[in-house]
Amino acid sequence: MRRKRMINNAVKNGLLALYAIFALFPLFWMVLISFKSDAQMFNTTFIFDPTLENYEAVLLRTDYFKYFFDSVIVSVIAVLVSVLAGVPAAYALARYNFKKKEDLAFTILSFRFAPEILVVLPLFMIYQKIGLYDTYFGLIWVYQLITMPLLIWVIRGYFEDISVEIEHAAMVDGYTWWQVFLKRLLPLIKPGLVSASLLAFIFAWNNFTFPLMLSGTKVETITVASLKYIASDTVHYGQMAVAATVSALPAVIFALCIQKHLVRGLSFGAVKG
Amino acid sequence: MAFNKKDAAKNDLNTVPWLTKARPYLIMAPSLLITIGILVPFAMAIYYSFTSYTFKLPTFKFVGLKNWLNMFKDPAFWHAIWVTIRYAFFATIVEMGLGLGIALLLGNTENKFTKFLRVVLTFPLMVAPAIATIIWQLMTNNSVGILEKFLNIFGVYNFPWAASHATAMFTAVLIDTWVYCPFVIILILAGIQSLPKSPFESAKIDGGSAWFNFRNLTLPMIKPCIYIALLFRLMASLQEFSIIFALTKGGPGDTLMNLSVTAYNTGFAFQKFAASLPIILVLWVIVNLTAKQIVKKWQYSQKVASGRDAAEGGKS
Repeated sequence: MRRKRMINNAVKNGLLALYAIFALFPLFWMVLISFKSDAQMFNTTFIFDPTLENYEAVLLRTDYFKYFFDSVIVSVIAVLVSVLAGVPAAYALARYNFKKKEDLAFTILSFRFAPEILVVLPLFMIYQKIGLYDTYFGLIWVYQLITMPLLIWVIRGYFEDISVEIEHAAMVDGYTWWQVFLKRLLPLIKPGLVSASLLAFIFAWNNFTFPLMLSGTKVETITVASLKYIASDTVHYGQMAVAATVSALPAVIFALCIQKHLVRGLSFGAVKG
Repeated sequence: MAFNKKDAAKNDLNTVPWLTKARPYLIMAPSLLITIGILVPFAMAIYYSFTSYTFKLPTFKFVGLKNWLNMFKDPAFWHAIWVTIRYAFFATIVEMGLGLGIALLLGNTENKFTKFLRVVLTFPLMVAPAIATIIWQLMTNNSVGILEKFLNIFGVYNFPWAASHATAMFTAVLIDTWVYCPFVIILILAGIQSLPKSPFESAKIDGGSAWFNFRNLTLPMIKPCIYIALLFRLMASLQEFSIIFALTKGGPGDTLMNLSVTAYNTGFAFQKFAASLPIILVLWVIVNLTAKQIVKKWQYSQKVASGRDAAEGGKS
């Protein structure tokens, strides 16, 4: 019986280890290659002299930092706008009963699931006409389709978890509605709000379709710009790896911070892990 | 009416002030105004699909159903539908199967190894699909990629990966799985970890086999989580654009031309804006109908899960 259990455990851990290799090795390989010089690229595997020349080439001698900061600007402001407009909306959906409430909530959710190209094709035409093509404002606006539904749906769940009595008690203490919201509720949803914002940031950061079609050379995000490192005639694999590594870094770091709230955010509040 | 008004004026306290009634709508307004932009392009997409609009010419005219009929006559459209369905089917099946398996393996054991895995397994999910494709190109490249060296051990040389008609779909699904399988894992894992203990304890006393426990206890109770994962994955893989575009732009030939990529090519590369709209509208209908079916199943499974839960509680 004990032996059977030991074998069981060994098989279990073996399978998990296999999957872990599948999930992590590509990332490890990417970082590894980013330290390889072009000369060592073809004749070495794991043992080589690490060099920073790829990092120098990409970060100092191309516009990589410009792409990086374009991504930062667009994603951060998109999330801020969504927080400012979305948190009150989430509160309204959680606390008030009004006509068409669920319809409104599902309309907002459906924005997230509309095919991106369906939005982009007509928007491309509109943006060209009203001068929003290839601007920060244009991208930040369209990014709302990614960040807003996420924030509203996830934060709504956190508001629903808070007992109404807390609000009533605060009202009895003489707080106005606005003060209750700021001083009693916001501190309670803060962990949820921070993690939902970080996840929204990651989604915005990772988006590819919108910047590919709605911006050109003035505003270029990192996901679109990174593909350039493939397209060049003489492919510098090391530089490709650097571009991928640096652009993946912020998302992975943020993901580490929000482990506890990840399930809830990813499922838009449908699964409360 | 007159009576009501008078009555209301008499005791103010019983009527809801206009501002209070409107408050939820007012609070919602900014978020709706910002996102409502999407309804405009959507309405425009339907309208322009009946015109001859291109980006090149300033004038266009109403052409009725021409774009739609041309699309239905075009074999490339039916090919795109077939590719879309195959891609979504394979990606979803593999991710759901593998995700469920890994989640079940992780769920029951609590030690340092599984705790570590739970955190690091989410990393691929955080990498942008376009960037993930670059990473996999570094892996599958035949001159610098590690996978070529690995396959050489087994006597396989120059495996073509995304470059060949026969293996391009496999490569794309592999990348899709790498990125999104963690999503399925952590959703199902959340379901497994929230399972109540008592039904499993009583099953142990009754001497139920592991398979019996899984089929009759675990599965019905984690079904809502499974359906949520399925909903998200199926809808996204039906529309997948980033991975395919970054990998081969739909090639080699038309191997990976799904509806999204076809619409992009028709609209941007060939500049036939109006002709690209019916393609993407068809995709929208497919996605919506699929989502509705799964949402229905999800709602039903939630009822069953909570019902079984109560029944088990009563028995033990």
